[in-house]
Amino acid sequence: MSARTRPGWLEKPKPVTQAAKAMALAAVVLLVCVPFLVIVSTSLASTDEVVANGGWVLWPTEPSLDAYRDILDGGIVTHALAVSAGVTIVGTLLSLACTVTLAYALSRPGVFGGRPALLLILFTFLFPPGMIPSFLLVKELGLLDSYASLVLPVLVNVFNLVVLRGFFQGIPEELYEAARLDGAGDWRVLFSVVLPLSKAALAVVGLFYAVAYWNSWFYASLYLESDHWPLQQVLRTYVVAGSGLTDATTGEGTVTAPQTVQMAVLVIATVPILLVYPFLQKYFTKGVLTGAIKS
Amino acid sequence: MLPGLGYFLLFHYGALAGNLIAFKEYVPFDGIWASPWVGAGNFQRMFEDGAFWAAVLNTLWIAVLQLVFYFPVPLGLALLLHSLTFSSVRRFVQSVAYLPHFISWVIVVALFQQVLGDTGLLNSSLDGMGLSTVDIIGNPDAFRPLTVAQVIWKDAGWGTIIFLAALAQVDEQQYEAAAIDGAGPWRRFWHVTLPAIRPVIVLLLIMRLGDILSVGFEQMLLQRDAVGPEAAEIIDTFVYYQGIVGGDYGFAAAAGLFKGVIGALLVYAANKVAHRLGEQGVYK
Repeated sequence: MSARTRPGWLEKPKPVTQAAKAMALAAVVLLVCVPFLVIVSTSLASTDEVVANGGWVLWPTEPSLDAYRDILDGGIVTHALAVSAGVTIVGTLLSLACTVTLAYALSRPGVFGGRPALLLILFTFLFPPGMIPSFLLVKELGLLDSYASLVLPVLVNVFNLVVLRGFFQGIPEELYEAARLDGAGDWRVLFSVVLPLSKAALAVVGLFYAVAYWNSWFYASLYLESDHWPLQQVLRTYVVAGSGLTDATTGEGTVTAPQTVQMAVLVIATVPILLVYPFLQKYFTKGVLTGAIKS
Repeated sequence: MLPGLGYFLLFHYGALAGNLIAFKEYVPFDGIWASPWVGAGNFQRMFEDGAFWAAVLNTLWIAVLQLVFYFPVPLGLALLLHSLTFSSVRRFVQSVAYLPHFISWVIVVALFQQVLGDTGLLNSSLDGMGLSTVDIIGNPDAFRPLTVAQVIWKDAGWGTIIFLAALAQVDEQQYEAAAIDGAGPWRRFWHVTLPAIRPVIVLLLIMRLGDILSVGFEQMLLQRDAVGPEAAEIIDTFVYYQGIVGGDYGFAAAAGLFKGVIGALLVYAANKVAHRLGEQGVYK
């Protein structure tokens, strides 16, 4: 265990203070973890156990994967999972490409129209266009019921743009000059100098985009027919709004209790985030702060 | 640069121009441009609509509750984390506390239903102990505290990042000097810690005040069915139900535009106040 050395002037904390702190920390950890544990356990339990327990299970006696087998059998959830994954991957790549090029252009001094463009963009942060005009625009562009409607209207996020721009500006000017002297053009500079140095920022911004696409459900409910829904919107309809997943939605003849199936969908929607989270978590503070300070 | 800029021109400024329909009666067949003008008619209807004012009042209520009860939590949590000497413990708690920020509102609402709902964890435990159950999820009276609890659960940990950064920049020597001058923990907090993080607190307060007409649209929309519009209707859900669901586009756009203009004015005003107080504010 690594500990900061206690400075000499700081008196030793009282046992009461220490106990209170420990309890507060334990409470934070438990408050976050317990709900997830309940969800995972319930999704693994058998129907009888869930019913006997009144709806939830903390420790399944005979864990089974029936619920997962049911929903991944090619029904609505399987389809929704594919939609979510596709939108997340394509959306994140497109968003990153546009954000990186725009941030790079705005970060270099002397780009034609750079200053007005920046002001134009920052203004949108202060004054968002509003739900109805955005909806009508998507409608008049003919994007209704296409997956493009989930990506294009949210392509570039101002906060992410500012984070990347700030990061690019932090790269020493000498590196740019050296690359120029070697005869590198803008694209060359971007790919061989700027991007390799910006892995932390790219990781954070990429994660923010991916999470936003993965978590989005509202646009799907606005723009898409129900047979094109991504996972979160399916989750909203069948778990939050309470209509349990029935036979028709999971394939044929389901034997698991709706409760375990619902919990299994919840788990599936959460797992991708839990998977990437540990790898990217160390970059958060750095990435978020560049953005916060520069803006 | 062009694709990104093109996006802003089309989807922000294009849509911004679409706010014109707040002054029109939208006819789907004609599109935005050809629909007939109605002047300020939509706004007049809006100002006379009791449901609109109820939504405004609800929005303000929820915003104020969140300001009072949510705002201090990340600050307190950051102070707690900062005071830990074991950095491995601190990093572990931080990772756990940040996590809910990345969970979608759909899942957060579902989690709360599982824990606090009719047949949820809390009620089946109460039932098991022979106590009477409580209805929290579907109860309009409990809705406001519930939403604050949800916001705290989801974002309090994430909110500590910025405070922790401010705390990390405080010079240790200032603490040492204060301690040698005989200042106890409370005086050190009051005279060293607080002044150091004041700019960040003011900054976040301003951003929150400027944003006071926006309180978690997704959060409210997801739960509006369960508790009813009396408790859960905010300006954004009002816009959604009038416009998207009800098809009254011009009227809903007027409400949305009203919110946008007031919001922008609030940010501007709050920033001016911050400058008066000698703080940096959001922008210069």
